[in-house]
Amino acid sequence: MRWLLLFLGGVLALALGVSALVGELPLTVSQYREAFRHLGSGPGEILWQIRAPRAVAAAVVGAALGLAGAVMQGLLRNPLADPGVLGVSALAGLGAAAAIAAGLATMPGLVEAAALAGAMIGGALVALLAIRLRTPETLILFGVAISSASGALTALVFNLSPSPVATSEVLNWLLGSVENRDWRDIGLALIPACAGTGLCAYSAVGLRMLVLGEETAASSGLPMARFRACAVAGAALLTGAAVALAGIIGFVGLAAPHLTRGSVSDDPARTLAPSAFAGAILLVVADLFARLVPTDEELKLGVVTAMVGAPLFALVAWRAARSWRR
Amino acid sequence: MTAALEFDRLGVRLAGRVVLTEISFAVQPGEIMGVLGANGSGKTTLLRAALGLVGLADGEARLGGRPVRTLSASQRAALAGYLPQNPPVGWNMPALDIAALGGANLASDEARRRARLELAEVGLGDLADRGVLDMSGGERARVLIARLLVTGAPLLVADEPAAGLDPNAQFRVMEMFAARAASGVAVLLSLHDLTLAARGCDRLAVLSEGRLVAVGRPKDALTPQVLGDAFGLDGALIDSPSGTVVAARRRA
Repeated sequence: MRWLLLFLGGVLALALGVSALVGELPLTVSQYREAFRHLGSGPGEILWQIRAPRAVAAAVVGAALGLAGAVMQGLLRNPLADPGVLGVSALAGLGAAAAIAAGLATMPGLVEAAALAGAMIGGALVALLAIRLRTPETLILFGVAISSASGALTALVFNLSPSPVATSEVLNWLLGSVENRDWRDIGLALIPACAGTGLCAYSAVGLRMLVLGEETAASSGLPMARFRACAVAGAALLTGAAVALAGIIGFVGLAAPHLTRGSVSDDPARTLAPSAFAGAILLVVADLFARLVPTDEELKLGVVTAMVGAPLFALVAWRAARSWRR
Repeated sequence: MTAALEFDRLGVRLAGRVVLTEISFAVQPGEIMGVLGANGSGKTTLLRAALGLVGLADGEARLGGRPVRTLSASQRAALAGYLPQNPPVGWNMPALDIAALGGANLASDEARRRARLELAEVGLGDLADRGVLDMSGGERARVLIARLLVTGAPLLVADEPAAGLDPNAQFRVMEMFAARAASGVAVLLSLHDLTLAARGCDRLAVLSEGRLVAVGRPKDALTPQVLGDAFGLDGALIDSPSGTVVAARRRA
């Protein structure tokens, strides 16, 4: 486990380094030297105020989604669960879409706050349901209902949107990107992300006890209501932070736990940390790819993860299919 | 001596329907108590009531002399271990890790040490590292019993632990519980196989439509009258050279 985390940490550091150093605008060796000596110089600005925060934002979003996905899969004992399964990310997207359509995008931070608020409302709703509902299946059904309702309301926002400009802004935002994120944006997203991480860490042992079902876990001394509420709230905070920082990014939360589960003998508690690292690595690399592929309009991160993620996930699913039997 | 488990005029309603009523009996340390009854007679609900997993409408269930509804989840876990019928197995974790789940309140090294011991006890010492979903049904059932044994609780409750096992494995399961009872642990099992229950249990409690129709040693509990009332069978307990058997046929 320690070696796995060291390895993943090393790969992440490498990915972040490459992501900060490499970009569309090629720099000469002397420019790199200047960037490291004078942080405020032109090349320094490019490295430390544009590329580095973008790479770190991708890492934060990927880690949040990877961790939230691992928690959801453990809580629901379902390999198909992801951070969006309970409707939290759809509600966050709705919050952001409504804020943009209402013309609040001109004020910095408001769209992000609206996304986070949407995630919190969704998280609180699902946490309340999670306390009352005994089986993962019913919780998933409610999640599907919340997702559908949010999707319908987001479509309504498009429908009633006053101008095509607002519509395209909403769509752009929903596609997901970490373009032009600065350190302040990251700092703000880290607050809910850290709170969510704490709740998820607290829930880790419970996720392991849940492997043999709710009855066994409850009879083993797990306070079910508190545990479920913490796990759901933690995943919601992480998802909200990710959506606020980058919009809707698919597949990372679904795939990251599967990429790491085999290395920790399927233990849902020990999957959490490696899954967060794997999510971060996936997203930093995907963002690097989005930046470097020469297209007229820069590729959106959410589009890249969906396009690369789907076949990758099919491959992982094929190999993991054995352990999906109940 | 305080009973490991005591039902005192227990009543349970689920969704407005009376599922159990006026249940009173106790399980003493070192005793294997079998709960019998037709499908839907309330066996599983009775076991769950013992563990505080269902709310009580009337009466009391006591673990180690203390009302179960006054105990916290961890206090209950310290007093009683539970193996539900066919629990879902969410992930393909190794047998050792699954068995170690029984030691949730122990340090992880100690839980794993005990898990290794109990896996050897149930005859799976060599398969400790195999994923439980890669095992046969019988092997998996034994891993789950090992998890129950790892709890080290003074009362072990198991719902149909012998269901779906071959005859040899069924006897083996009963022997494992007998070994634990010999060291002073109280055991409460629900069973469908009447012969297995008559041979493997010290006493039997027979339920019919949520009521207790007999409690006592197998030959006192499984009378022709009880077999008829609780199961709709014409039959009796017969001593054979290889042990007691319940010979019965469906009542016409």
